[in-house]
Order: sequence, then C-alpha cells, then structure tokens
Amino acid sequence: MLLYTNHKDTETRRIFLRAFASWLSSRLLLWLLPLGFIGLFFFYPLGRILTYSFDTSVLTAENLHLTSNVLLFTFYQASLSTLLTLLLGLPAAYLFARFEFPGKTLLRALTAVPFMLPTVVVAAGFNALLGPRGWFNLGLMSIFGLENPPLQFVGTLGAILMAHVFYNTTIVIRVVGNALLQLDTRLMNAARTLGADNRRVWWHITLPLLRPSLLAAGILVFLFDFTSFGVILLLGGPGFATLEVETYIQALQMLNLPLASLLSAVQLLCTLAFSVLYTRVVAKTRIQVSPRPAQYNLRRAQKWGEKIFVIGMGSLLILFFILPMLALPLRSVSRLEAARGERADVQYGLTGDYYSELFVNRRGSLFYVPPIRAALNSLGYAGLTVLFSLLMGFPAASALARPGKLEHWLDPLLILPLGASAVTLGLGFIISFNQPPLRLLASPWLIPLAHTMVALPFVIRTLQPALTSIPERLRDAASSLGASPFRAWLAVDWPIIWRASLAAATFAFTVSLGEFGATALLTRPEYPTIPIAIYRFLSQPGGLNYGQAMAMATILMTLATIGILMIERLRLPGTREF
Amino acid sequence: MLELIDIHKTYENKPLLSGITFSVQAGETVCLLGASGSGKSTLLRIIAGLEEPENGQVLWNGADLESVPTHQRKFGLVFQDYALFPHLTVAENVAFGLKMQNLPQDEIKLRVVASLKQVNLSEFINRSVTELSGGEQQRVALARALAPRPRLLMFDEPLGALDRALRDHLLDELRSILHASGVPAIYVTHDQEEAFAIADRILLLHDGLIAQDGTPAEVALHPASGWVANFLGLGNIIEGKWLGDRRVETSLGVLEVDDKTGADMKKSVAVLIRPENVTLISNGNGLKGRVADVSFQKNEFRVTLENGLYFYTPKELEMGEEISYTVEAECLG
Repeated sequence: MLLYTNHKDTETRRIFLRAFASWLSSRLLLWLLPLGFIGLFFFYPLGRILTYSFDTSVLTAENLHLTSNVLLFTFYQASLSTLLTLLLGLPAAYLFARFEFPGKTLLRALTAVPFMLPTVVVAAGFNALLGPRGWFNLGLMSIFGLENPPLQFVGTLGAILMAHVFYNTTIVIRVVGNALLQLDTRLMNAARTLGADNRRVWWHITLPLLRPSLLAAGILVFLFDFTSFGVILLLGGPGFATLEVETYIQALQMLNLPLASLLSAVQLLCTLAFSVLYTRVVAKTRIQVSPRPAQYNLRRAQKWGEKIFVIGMGSLLILFFILPMLALPLRSVSRLEAARGERADVQYGLTGDYYSELFVNRRGSLFYVPPIRAALNSLGYAGLTVLFSLLMGFPAASALARPGKLEHWLDPLLILPLGASAVTLGLGFIISFNQPPLRLLASPWLIPLAHTMVALPFVIRTLQPALTSIPERLRDAASSLGASPFRAWLAVDWPIIWRASLAAATFAFTVSLGEFGATALLTRPEYPTIPIAIYRFLSQPGGLNYGQAMAMATILMTLATIGILMIERLRLPGTREF
Repeated sequence: MLELIDIHKTYENKPLLSGITFSVQAGETVCLLGASGSGKSTLLRIIAGLEEPENGQVLWNGADLESVPTHQRKFGLVFQDYALFPHLTVAENVAFGLKMQNLPQDEIKLRVVASLKQVNLSEFINRSVTELSGGEQQRVALARALAPRPRLLMFDEPLGALDRALRDHLLDELRSILHASGVPAIYVTHDQEEAFAIADRILLLHDGLIAQDGTPAEVALHPASGWVANFLGLGNIIEGKWLGDRRVETSLGVLEVDDKTGADMKKSVAVLIRPENVTLISNGNGLKGRVADVSFQKNEFRVTLENGLYFYTPKELEMGEEISYTVEAECLG
C-alpha cells in the first residue's frame, strides 16, 4: 500500500513537473521575441549611452558647465510652458466639466487632436499662422506696405511656449476635467450646510479633492514639455537648446558623441524621476471615493456671468486650436509672395504649385530625388513599423493578458522604453550600431526598428486590454452549442482581436509617419521621411521651399488626422487615456 | 420656529411640489414620509437653501430666509450617503463646521470629542473616514451635523443604505440623541417603519401636497384618504359609494361604517377594512367568500379570498373553501 502511494506520488510529481515545464516554455516562447527585441534595441543602446557618459574623460568642467546650463534652460521652459498650459487648461477643464453647450463634443475632440499630431505639423501650422511667411505677417505687410515681417515669432521663446500649450492643454482638460466632473457635489453642499461660504468651500473641499489630479496633470504636462524636441528645434531654433536639442546638435553637428551621451543620460535620469513621481501621484488619485455620475454636475449656463464665460472660453479654444490647423492647409495652396528670383509682380491667389513641385526632381534642390520620395519612404517605414510592432506586441500582450508571476516582473520592462526620449533612442542606435557585427547605420532598416521601439509600448497597451476582455465563457458557451474550436474562436475571439489589431496597427502607423526625434538622428540624406523633408524645407530660404513645406505638412496632417480618428473609433470603451 | 408657506417647485416641467405648508415646533421631530420621487428630498434642499422654490416662503421665527444663503442658515443636514469629506479624518470632518465658525482651537477640540462621544465613536477620532463601515460613517455624519449646534437638523434618508438590524439599532440611538439635544428635526424617509419609530409628527407627501399631517397614532388610526391607508399598508382598500345614514355600497355589498360627516350622497369614497377587522363566523349569516390563497406568516395564516380581501387567522383554511365572515369597515372619505 505504502509502495503504491509512493509510486503515485512520484507519478503526480512527474506529471506536474512536465506541465510546469511546458507552461514555462510556452510562456518563455511568448516572451522570447519581444524581450530579445527590447534587449537589443533598447537596453543595449541605453547601456552604451550610459557607459559613454560615465567615462571620466567626458566629465570635464566645460562639459558639465554646458550640461548644467542646458538643463537649467530645459527646466525653465518646461516650467513656464506648464504654467501657461494650466492657465488655459484649468478654465477649459471647468468649461467642459460644468457646462452643457452645443458643439461640446466637437470642441473637446478639437482640443485633443494636437496631442497626437506630429510635432513637425504643429510647428508648420504655427509657422503658417505667425511665421515670417505666415498669414499674420504677410497680411500686416500688405496692409501697411511693410518691407519686413513686423511680428518676430519663429525663433522666440514665445513660439515654443505657445506650441507647448497647444499640445498639452488637452491633458489638463481630460485629467482635471474628469476629476472635476466626477466630484461629488454633495460634499460641497455638506460644507455649505456646515457654514462654509463659496470661498471656503473651494479652499477646504474642492481644491484638496482636485489636488491629486492637478498634480498628475501638471507633472505629465511638465514631462512632455521637458522632453519636447521637434517643436523647439523647428520653432525655437538653435538659440534655445534644451537637453534634447543639444543632444542632437552635439551628436550630428559637433560629432561629439560622448557629450551627447552625457546630455542624454541627464535627460534620462530626469524623466525617470518625473515618471516615478507621476506614478505615485496617479496611485493616489485612484482612491477617489464614490465618483458621481457625470450628469449631476453638468448644466446649461444660466446666469449672465456663466453665459459670458461659456461663450468667451469656447471661442478662445476654437480660435486657438483651429487657427494653426487651418492656416497650414490654406497656406499650402495660396501664393502670397514672390518666389526667390522672380522679378514680376506676385500673382496672389490659389495655386497647386507647391504640391506639383513635390514631384519634380530639381537640380540643386535639397534632395537627389523628387521630394515625394520622402512620402513613399515614410509609408514604407510605417508599414514595416506596423509589421514589427505587431510581431513583437502580440506575444507580449497575450502573455500580459493572463498575467502570472513572470509577467509581474516583465511588465515594467515593457513600459520603460516610454521613459526614454526618441532622441536618446536615436543616439543609442548611432553609438551601438556603427561597428560590426551590427553595422546597421547605413541600412534603411534602422529607422523602422527605432519607430517600432517608440510604438511598441503603445501597441502592447492597446492589445493587452482587448485580449484580456475576450470572454472565455462565451467561447465555452459556443462550444457547448456545437461550435468547433475554430468556429468558436472565429465567433468570440476574432472580432475583438481584429478590432484591437487594427487600432494598434493604426497607432504604430501614425507614430511612425510623424516620428521626428529618432529619425532626425538616424536619417540618411537619400532616404528622407516626410517630417525630415518638412524640417529641411522649413530651414531653407525661399517661397517655394516654404510652400513645399506647407504642402508636405498638410499631407502629413491629413494622414495623421485620419489615423487619430480611426484610433478613436476603434478604442475599447472604458480604457484609460493617460 | 420653522414655517413653510405654500412652497411650489417644478422638476423638468412637471410640478413636484404644489403648495406645501407646514411648520416645525421647538424640540419636535417631524417625519416627511412619501414614495421616492415625491419631492421630499427637494423640500429638504429648499429648506437648507440649496435650491430655491419657485413660489412660497421659508420662515424662521417669522423671518423670511430667502436672502439667507445656505451657509448662514445654521441648519444641519445629514445626507443619504453621508457625504463625508474623504480627504479629512473623522475628527477633521466633525471639526469642519466649528472651524467655519472660527472657534478657538481648544474649544473645537473639546466639542469634537464631545460630539464623537455622543455618537459612541470616541475611539475613531483619528481614523480616515474611508476605512469606516457604513454605520460608522453614518454616526460621523451625525456627529458632524450636531457639532456646530444647528438650529434645525435635517436628515435625508440617512439610514437608507444600511441593513435592517443596523438600521433599527441606529434609529433608537438617533431618537435618544435627538431628544437629549432638543434640536428640532426634519427626517425624510420612504420607509414607514422608520418614520413611525422616530417621528413626533408625520407628514405624508403625495402628488406635491401634504396628504396628512398628524402624530403617528393619528395617522395610523385615522388615515385621511385611501392613498394614505394604502401607502401605510393598513389593510384592504375598496371603492364604495356613500348612501348616507352610515351606509356604503361596495363590491362586498352594503356595509355599515362609522359615521362620516359631510359626505355627499352617491359620492365615491374609499373604504378601509383592516385585516384584524375581518371575523370568521360559523353560522353562515355574514358575507360569503371562497379562499383563493393561504400562506403562513410569523404565527398566523394569511388568507386571501377570491374577491381580493385578505386577513389573518390562526385557523388553517383549505383552498377553495367557502367561508362566512363579517367585517368592520371605516369610511375614509
């Protein structure tokens, strides 16, 4: 009897061990590809940057002095930008969280679009509105017969700040607005019955309850402003060097990779610190007590003051968010000034020249190929990015969808790439892949790989909740009704997977199309992408170059907007936004 | 003390309150009893100054409160889901109203301790309100409302979210606290047991009007209308026609009722037959009926006849059995 039991015991153990081994191997198999990818294309380059920057030869007084100056300016512009964003965002959040008015959904969507737009498009938009060849300046020049543009916008701190506010106001609107919307008005009423007047209700109840979301929004906005690259390079110019821009300049123009690495490392540490801070603050906001259904707090404006506020704030938002986006496409089809070298009077009016010029391979132009090649390159890169990121994202997301101990440890690894800026990534690639056996710098594969690294965290975050949401009991129900496993999968899993994949693919595609930071460092002259082409056009003199920049940016804006709309459509209801 | 005169309020273009008039005297606990949606909570909010009536006046000791904002009325309000400030501790919640009065720190401390003692929560003083149970939160809400010594206390379905046993327990506590403090109180509920347990006076709210105003005994013994008797579940309500001379014609036949003065001939009236006023008889002279349903409840059988009449009896009856019975009917006018 005893023997028998023993025998059974070992048998069980063997079966158990075998099951465990197969479980482990299947899990590991899922992880092999994404982890290998992240290891090679994120952690390895990052490690290289860190080893470079901690070399004692880099830490000279001169380098440290430059770094600290750049760091100071980065902090300065980010703080100022955050402050201004809150200044516009808080009343806007109040508008959306307290009032019902016609066109509200549309206006809310409008404020959200910039956040997803490529930086070059935003920069081009502001340029088309307020730049030296923009509507505003050309208008004033023709009205008052001026020789030079009266408004100096591009190349000023104001331009950087304005673009940052344009970008990030939506964060304040969403984070603080949602908190305000869900705030329990009975708490304010309770305070009133206990003798608090409006001021004290605000000070003792509303403000403390909003504090976590205010902090979260503030940190997030600050983080985005801190790591902003394209806007500063395109609108600020070299006079305004943040950590990102200076990294780019040191790496590409000064060819000083060690100093670029040092700047990158400092940047990385700062982002890490802010990310940790943000996570802690968000953890606090989650314990909101009994959020209220939104309709309790919403009403139409009734008193005069309220009406003025709604109309005024609404108009301000419409103007601020529509004008740059409208100025761009209009400018791309308007001839407003003489092209360089033209003596004749300018023909004002509509023109398709800027678009048709994109197809011409001019001698002495910026490229050796017709500029439209850039669009084709971009589409190709974006296609590869979709392929790679789905290839890596699917196994990772399906492992994360049913998390075990392993996933608990691996999950943060997948999120880390979010913390590194695209410029850092580009720099890492330059340092890591310039020698055998990984001599990839000359190959066109590096850019889609970098884009994949940028898109992957988002792709995984899009796929994972969808895969988690697959109702397994429905699959059982389908089987019990006589469906074969494949039919059951087709009926239950496929619709969800299809939708999520499409959303993730669109996301990867849109990210790749607009990616500027990493591409700016990795691009080869003969393989420009759309954002790179826009950047080059904008930094060249001449009306024709300017017009082509506008045309190219308009194309990119259109593609990106389609992508954004598609993602919005495909979004799983109830997923968190930030 | 508190006086409401002809209060009107519409909600989404439908009349909600259409002429409410009543008063609350010193030390009195008045219960507003009505179905959900009858406007009782809105009435509380109007009294508190959180909403404005479209018509009518709220007076305190004869003075109109229209221009007095909520925070100056000194009316305490205990909310349905307590509405405790989640970012403050128990003590800070209770101290809130005292802080608003700019009292000195030491006095605030003393009164917080006293208030918490009053509701038996002394040991919770430094806890966070989010870790309290429903009953404990309710007591904190009560202590918070009591601490600033309001002129009037209002309760908006304060025990609605709690289970039966806890509710009964808290109700007893609340009654003794209210009596000890001597603060006049208005208690809103849809639960008649709660109302009867706590009220000195019950106001029944129906169709935007006060259907009856009286002590619990008056309301139960002399319901003013068929609706009141039905809402309180006092017994069988049947339609009848007043024939004069203490007689009413009903589906059961012509019944003799207590005299009701002022009723017109042929006017339709509501007749209440309480289950305890149905008596089985064996001699076959009374009303006839067939048993449609029998169930056992507590210690008696609940018998329903085919004509809908129900009553209780210790005698087990068969389904379909023919019985004879007599009734004592009350005409409600």
